[in-house]
Amino acid sequence: MQAAAKSPRLSIRRFTTALVLTALLPTASAWAAELKLAYSSSATSMDPHFHNASQNIAVARNMFETLTQMDPDSRIVPDLAESWKKINDTTWEFKLRKAKFQDGSDFTAEDVAFSLARPGTIENSPSSFKIYTGSITKTEIIDPQTIRITTSTPYPLLPADLTSIFMVSKKASQGVTSDKFATPEHMIGTGPYQFVSYTPDDRVVMKRFDGFWGGKPAWDSVTIRFMPNDGARMTALLSGDVNAIENVPTPDIEKVKANPDLVYAAKKSHRLIFLFLDSGRESSPGVKADNGKNPLQDVRVRRAINMAIDRKAISERLMMGLAYPTNNLATDQMMGFDPTLETVPYNPEGAKKLLAEAGYPNGFALTLGTPNNRLLNDARVAQAIAQMLTRVNIKTDVDAVPFSAINTKGNKGEFSAVMMGWGVQTAEASSGIRMMVACPDKARGWGVVNWSNYCNPKLTEQLIALTSEMDDAKRNDMLKAAVHTVVDDMAIVPLYFQGMTWAAKKGIKIIPRMDERTSAFTFEPAP
Amino acid sequence: MIAYLIRRLGQSVLVLFTMAVLVFFAVFALGSPVDMLASPDADQAERAALAVRFGLDKSLPVQFATFIGNALHGDLGASFVYGKSALAVIGERLPATIELAVLALVFSVLIGVPLGVIAGLRPNSIAGRAIMSTSIFGFSLPNFWIGLMLILFFAVYLGWLPAGGRGPTTNVLGMELSIFSVEGWRHLILPALTLALYKASLVVRLCEAGTREIITQEYIRFARAKGLSRFRIIRLHLLKNMMIPVVTILGMEFGAMIAFTVVIETVFAYPGMGKLLIESINRLDRPVVVAYLMVTTVIFVVINLIVDFLYVALDPRVRLSGPNE
Repeated sequence: MQAAAKSPRLSIRRFTTALVLTALLPTASAWAAELKLAYSSSATSMDPHFHNASQNIAVARNMFETLTQMDPDSRIVPDLAESWKKINDTTWEFKLRKAKFQDGSDFTAEDVAFSLARPGTIENSPSSFKIYTGSITKTEIIDPQTIRITTSTPYPLLPADLTSIFMVSKKASQGVTSDKFATPEHMIGTGPYQFVSYTPDDRVVMKRFDGFWGGKPAWDSVTIRFMPNDGARMTALLSGDVNAIENVPTPDIEKVKANPDLVYAAKKSHRLIFLFLDSGRESSPGVKADNGKNPLQDVRVRRAINMAIDRKAISERLMMGLAYPTNNLATDQMMGFDPTLETVPYNPEGAKKLLAEAGYPNGFALTLGTPNNRLLNDARVAQAIAQMLTRVNIKTDVDAVPFSAINTKGNKGEFSAVMMGWGVQTAEASSGIRMMVACPDKARGWGVVNWSNYCNPKLTEQLIALTSEMDDAKRNDMLKAAVHTVVDDMAIVPLYFQGMTWAAKKGIKIIPRMDERTSAFTFEPAP
Repeated sequence: MIAYLIRRLGQSVLVLFTMAVLVFFAVFALGSPVDMLASPDADQAERAALAVRFGLDKSLPVQFATFIGNALHGDLGASFVYGKSALAVIGERLPATIELAVLALVFSVLIGVPLGVIAGLRPNSIAGRAIMSTSIFGFSLPNFWIGLMLILFFAVYLGWLPAGGRGPTTNVLGMELSIFSVEGWRHLILPALTLALYKASLVVRLCEAGTREIITQEYIRFARAKGLSRFRIIRLHLLKNMMIPVVTILGMEFGAMIAFTVVIETVFAYPGMGKLLIESINRLDRPVVVAYLMVTTVIFVVINLIVDFLYVALDPRVRLSGPNE
């Protein structure tokens, strides 16, 4: 009797277990192909031509493609353009890939011409993509798979600029304003994932696009969550709300590495961290020397500062290896990298000697500006640098301000020395030199953020020559020479390239990249 | 009554105007949105064009006059970052925040009132003492820290609830609400609880004090002498009299709650107006910051008005009138 009473209960339990298991099974397999990814900053628009900001580009990258693209090591490689060649100094011909849009229509030269013209038509853009299409004066459709692009002047950076201009479907987006863009009807690209929904400041949901030219995408669905708060992003990963994140908070890196349920990856990014030293003004607001002059105008003083900074210690003790010391302006594979510019060894004695030679045996007082919420450990690194400089008698205070304020202060010339970062977006050294070191020149658009107030006619000549040099090998040599001018003269003091980090649940493979643009392709289900 | 309303509205307009002046100039002092928003690669011409687009090429007084002029027409300007009306940007996120704050308010009443009454009825019992001393923690522990601890325990350690975000929403009368799904509740419960804890402690204290005072009153003794059931006394005579200060305080605190969602939404990655405010400050999106503060001020003012009316409903002795009437 007892046994008989027990057995149906058992079978019920077995049945329940079976039910639970069958309910769990599809979830488990769905998990394997569902990427839930947390970004550390919020996209502001779905329209890929509206707001030129890195997080918007990173989101768009999943759904839209560009003619050329950066590979994980920031080399320019084909994307929707299979190949390209120069017809003459101002005309380029791009051969297009046979690709389908997510609504089933063909991707053609017509769409390319439309997409290249569209950024210029968006009136209320907070930061326009026009800066990448401004050089283009004419597009000419040769046939559906071929397009010619003409620039006003010889412009070697066109393929680099085109990595930022997404190809949209003319049919789906003609006449659509940016605020109406975020619907499945208008969000039509050629990328591996297709738009499903967007909740501002919260998430973007995408599904696999089976007609993708590059084969079956790795994930069935991709959800991008926006989690700027470090703690929220980290706990979301730990609790399984998301299964991958970018920008692991630095205090958590050791814990993440030690956690058997997580995988971690770091890579040198293209973001150069450097010091602006005001060498242009006779009197500068943040320096005080006994003789009343601005010591930073003496190149020996700038070199002394360079020698007084222990980059190795910063990298190892403050940055957990996420700082890659350099004396260059671009990373090793990029154009303009000069291997002969070796990182200056830490040499406080040498620095003191140079300072004495320059007439400052007792040093001087300096205020070092830094953002406190932008670069990895920015304020702490600036503190460390201040201590190192103080050790060679340059008594340094740190002025740490939020990123939103530092740009205004910097552009107003309120700093004598300030630590900043520059993302080498063009994958070559010239963009940084043009914007930050070249003499301010409105007609050319140079020296826009030249906070060093540095101006060297020799460098201007070098830049004029190299920016229109269409031969890559020649341009590389000219660029190296320009980088040499900048570094020899310490127009800015290169410190290190910052590292970028990712973490994911076990079972996911991370493919780290240099351009800080995390996307669904940064992660793959591990085999 | 009408005189009262007019005076009240006049005060509100003054408050709104003062807020507008303060915020407008404070955000201006922070930094230039052009420097912040322009791509690092943008040249001088593009930056100048951006300043014109935002109207920042004009002098500060002119900008302020334009702003006030437009505000009088109900236009608080277009967000620099989103390129559409700042009010619309906030409106998209308002339901999420209101949902969170209302739920937190409900939680604080559901938790606070019964505990407060128990503590008031039995001030010397173990339960009473425990409730009162625990409520001190609710006051003194920082909200965001409680939030983090709840996340660590319920989301990371136990894995029962999500660590943050908002659940799927349903469109109800044009508002996207998430309280109609289980998943929505699972997302709401931790942030709402965190937000409610401080208020719940406040309610506990108010109710305990109220109960202890009321329970000694003649009418309670009389009711008891009449042989009314204990439950009926609590429900009719105690609760009703005790709720007057509670409603006043909660009404006033509801505005504070909405303001406090700024912290909670950040910790829980909850897509409401608070998260928007923080991000807009970081991006120097002045129209959104100004509009946010305008909207919250309006909410404050409206709530205070409602509280005044509720007060009348709860206590017939109170009349809404000016000193001359």
